[in-house]
Amino acid sequence: MVPITTLHYLVVAAALFVLGTIGVLTRRNVVIILMSIELILNAVNLNLVAFSRLYGLHGQVFAVFVITDAAAEAAVGLGILIAFFRNKETVNMDEVDLLKW
Amino acid sequence: MIATADYIRILPEIVLTLFGLIVMFVDPLLPESRNVKPLGIIALIGSLGAVAASIYQMRYPGPAFWNFVVVDNFSIFFHLLVTIAAALVIMASFEYLRVQEIRAGEYFGLILFGTVGMALMSSAVELVLIFIALEISSISTYILAGFRRRDAGSVESSLKYFLLGSFATAFFLYGIALMFGATGSTDIPQIASALRLNGAPLLAYVAYALMFVGLGFKIASAPFHVWTPDVYEGAPSPVVAFMSTAPKMAVFAVLLRILFVTESPSLLAGSRPVWFWWVWGSAAVSMTLGNLGALVQNNVKRMLAYSAIAHAGYLLVAFAAAPEAGISAAMFYAASYTAMNLGAFIVVSHFANAGERYVTLDDYTGLGRRSPLLAMTLTIFLISLIGIPATAGFFAKFYVFSAALKANLVWLTIIAVVNSAIGAYYYLRVIVAMYMRDSTQEIPVMRVPAGVTATLLCSVAAVIYLGILPGRVLEFATRSAQSLLR
Repeated sequence: MVPITTLHYLVVAAALFVLGTIGVLTRRNVVIILMSIELILNAVNLNLVAFSRLYGLHGQVFAVFVITDAAAEAAVGLGILIAFFRNKETVNMDEVDLLKW
Repeated sequence: MIATADYIRILPEIVLTLFGLIVMFVDPLLPESRNVKPLGIIALIGSLGAVAASIYQMRYPGPAFWNFVVVDNFSIFFHLLVTIAAALVIMASFEYLRVQEIRAGEYFGLILFGTVGMALMSSAVELVLIFIALEISSISTYILAGFRRRDAGSVESSLKYFLLGSFATAFFLYGIALMFGATGSTDIPQIASALRLNGAPLLAYVAYALMFVGLGFKIASAPFHVWTPDVYEGAPSPVVAFMSTAPKMAVFAVLLRILFVTESPSLLAGSRPVWFWWVWGSAAVSMTLGNLGALVQNNVKRMLAYSAIAHAGYLLVAFAAAPEAGISAAMFYAASYTAMNLGAFIVVSHFANAGERYVTLDDYTGLGRRSPLLAMTLTIFLISLIGIPATAGFFAKFYVFSAALKANLVWLTIIAVVNSAIGAYYYLRVIVAMYMRDSTQEIPVMRVPAGVTATLLCSVAAVIYLGILPGRVLEFATRSAQSLLR
């Protein structure tokens, strides 16, 4: 049995970060892009909690703030998305074409 | 134990929050058809109160709330900048809201709450608080960008801004998390001492890079500038006047604090900081892409958006320059840029009329004859953006370039000067259209309402004051730079 060290958590977090970034850059559905951004934020949380093992509770408190902020961001994002859907009847990024992208 | 002085050190934020809440409470009590004026006046009082509170803070320098916030000349400078910008935009918005039929309560409330975040960004010395302040300001601006919600362009610009903005924030956060891992702290001075003691580990380099990506997006510097023209074109013009100045300058304050304070030991020793070449490259590319992009634009809002990218580049030149002269030059540039860009966008906003119809260069032909005063005001802002003497833009560029030369950045200075020359072309194109070409169509010119007049007068006064007597502001900026580097 290999003992789980901080490094293991960091690797998982980095993987989540890369997955989230790829999701944002390649997916065309706005809802999935939003989910990918949440994935990156969760990678951040994992990092913070993992570093907390080394440096004390500070990182965990920060993670709570990140969760709160993610909730606020999701609320605003979905609101904007609904306003967009009312105008265009779509949530596909390819049809966001009124202004040159 | 929290002392009274602690509360005074966040007094502008408290005032803004209170007045934002008052706006929200009063909004439902008034008939919707006649609520713009009373709500606007409450918001204006709130932002002016915050200006007064920032001046009052000068007597209480020092840290507060367990070293999360610090009041020094630097924070007061940027507090004044963002609160005055907020006040000017609020004044100029009265007529716009009425013409566009935008609900006033949320609009003014969001401007005040957003300003809380921007003000806090300049005084926060703790990455957690900086992140929260950044989000307060960003989320407010995302919503404001989509405020003409029946207009597809506005909502689209809001959606783009939101998606790319929160993507950038996530990068910034990841950078903070890695910096926490590399140094064991999120307190900027403690990060500085940890980096000095142990040297910068690889993790810290990655953290700097990620934080620069996140913040570089917010200031619209290349290569993270792609969103700017789209968002500025679609968003309501007074909101663009606001978000191209106040939040951007607040993020510049954060960048100055993070980059210079964490690297202050090596900077004071005269060596180049670890982030030097990123900033150098980003500055050169922003100036070039911004100016080249602006050359081919026919929409004035889009053109000013590209010009905003170019100006972010000039500002970054100051970052790469000698630390003390560079910081004060950057701060002076921030003040001048705010005055001239805000003014220019307010003129554009007033001229665009209901539904934001008249925004192309062809619509501006013959403006010099139809409304000479408006044309003259816009001309003053444009020649200041070019950087012609006797306007704020001249000294702003002069200080930045001389700070860059002091640090022997000959190539970067050459790129900047060549870019200023390119920039002159497209600003002059607007002036030529206004004065030397006859208009081909009938465009109704609205009477300039009192609020817009007041805003424009203040901006013109600021542009000319900074262009003729830059001494006092520059001296204040220099003192701030010293307090930052200590």
